[in-house]
Amino acid sequence: MKTVINVEELTKDYSGLTAVDHISFEVGEGEIFGFLGPNGAGKTTTVRILTGIIKPTSGRVSIMGFDLWSESIKAKQITGVVPELSNTYNELSAWNNLQFMADLYGVPKNHAKKRAEELLNKFNLYDRKDYKVKTFSKGMKQKLITAMALINDPKILFLDEPTSGLDVQSARLIKEMIREFHNDGKTVFLTTHYMHEASQLCSRVAIINHGKIAAIDAPEKLKTRVGGLQHIEVSFNPPVNVSDFYAMPGVINVHTGGDKLLLYTNEPGRVISQLVDYSRLNGVEIVTLNTLTPSLEDVFVKLTGR
Amino acid sequence: MFLSNSQDGKMIDQMKRACAIAKKDIRIYYLMGPVIIFGILAPTFLFLAFMIGRDLPVDFLIAGLLGMTIFFTSTSVAPVITPTETQTKNLERLAAAPVYITTILFGDVLASVLFGVGISFIPLLIGLAIGVTVTHPFVLVAGIVLAAFCFSAMGLIFSSNPTSATSVVMMMSSMIKFPLVFISGIFIPVGELPLWARVLASLSPLTYITDLCRYSFQSAHYYSILIDVTALVIFLVIFMTVAIKLHGRSLPKRL
Repeated sequence: MKTVINVEELTKDYSGLTAVDHISFEVGEGEIFGFLGPNGAGKTTTVRILTGIIKPTSGRVSIMGFDLWSESIKAKQITGVVPELSNTYNELSAWNNLQFMADLYGVPKNHAKKRAEELLNKFNLYDRKDYKVKTFSKGMKQKLITAMALINDPKILFLDEPTSGLDVQSARLIKEMIREFHNDGKTVFLTTHYMHEASQLCSRVAIINHGKIAAIDAPEKLKTRVGGLQHIEVSFNPPVNVSDFYAMPGVINVHTGGDKLLLYTNEPGRVISQLVDYSRLNGVEIVTLNTLTPSLEDVFVKLTGR
Repeated sequence: MFLSNSQDGKMIDQMKRACAIAKKDIRIYYLMGPVIIFGILAPTFLFLAFMIGRDLPVDFLIAGLLGMTIFFTSTSVAPVITPTETQTKNLERLAAAPVYITTILFGDVLASVLFGVGISFIPLLIGLAIGVTVTHPFVLVAGIVLAAFCFSAMGLIFSSNPTSATSVVMMMSSMIKFPLVFISGIFIPVGELPLWARVLASLSPLTYITDLCRYSFQSAHYYSILIDVTALVIFLVIFMTVAIKLHGRSLPKRL
């Protein structure tokens, strides 16, 4: 796989505080690469360096072979950026924001108009194209920012927390767009707080903690690597006494969550058959029964300690 | 990916992008009633306050008003764009786009020049309406455009302090702009000033455009046309170079 983002020994110091500490990684063409980490771990600083907004203290970044500092125009020309905070021009209409971005990226006028119409339709904003952005909701602004990042038909898309705080429909639309972009063979660099989102979308993820890369791998491989107990989620009708399960053979620990019990075990098959017996003997109905493997969130918590 | 004929950061491409930035600036910052009204009213009232009761020829007065209008309008909005865009995070958008810092600054200057030139037509038309004749129209137009570039670049220097508070920038620019008005031969011809004041006047770019305007209206001037034009070009180069250097230093602090 061709490397499209190459990061070598990247470091960023802020008056004695090292936000990013000698990180190195590569992103291959056509990957959706997730960049995860707790607040203050260095995620946004890394994205801001990779998009050419700030300069690193040391290290090297190349985008499709173009050095981000000596060939910054060429490197930026092939990328699209969806920042964490909305930075649309609120006094301009959605249409004028898109046209301005097209002009900044040198998109020819006729292409820019067609592309803007296509994107506004895709993000359900066409009817509002002549309204000033200051009248838009957060979800509409986020969709517009995403459209603005796509106006130059980039080869690499950087998204910093693109679905944060969005309603379900807007978040779903943006995730759908990420998948479509990826299906066209293009590359996505995504930072997110949502482990489920990273697990659903990313082909590989890097977990950054205290400015250093704690792990990089495919989500499923990371889950296997981190190991840990499986757990069984069960709920009964009517509710039962939690203490009945502490002594159940094969159960290592029991937690409650809402109307569900979470039984941690290394022997899920054995525990499930005992739960069925328990249901029959006590005349209670099993409402739900799920076996769960460690999630990306478990991996994240284990690696970051948060 | 959509590509125009030359996407490699060549000068012509960057010029087009600077024009896009200028168009955006005009739409957001200049085409607002209060900005336009302030651009006309501020120099007019300052001018009237000093001229009423003094017996001076109308073409002398209009030349001063014109010089002052170009000065005030060209330095009015350019200084607040960068601090405002720092606050709204729009500057990050520009920093992530394939444009050089010079392109951004040139776009800001271009918008300011268009505004300065556009508004300067108002005192000019007033002058023509009350019987002032332009004896050297080419010199006048060239002078207005050159001065607008010069003052717009000066405006950029005011905004190079890495602050997002526009009030700080406005205070600093006022501290420099108002004293300049009084030493630039607008209210008293440079030739009538004492020697020390003439030396001070020679350090102000406003002196040279006022002198050019007087030449255009009255054929009377203190400096030669060549000196006026050369001085304005030198000031423009200095202001633009300083602005690029200072913004280059302050931009990382804003992001």
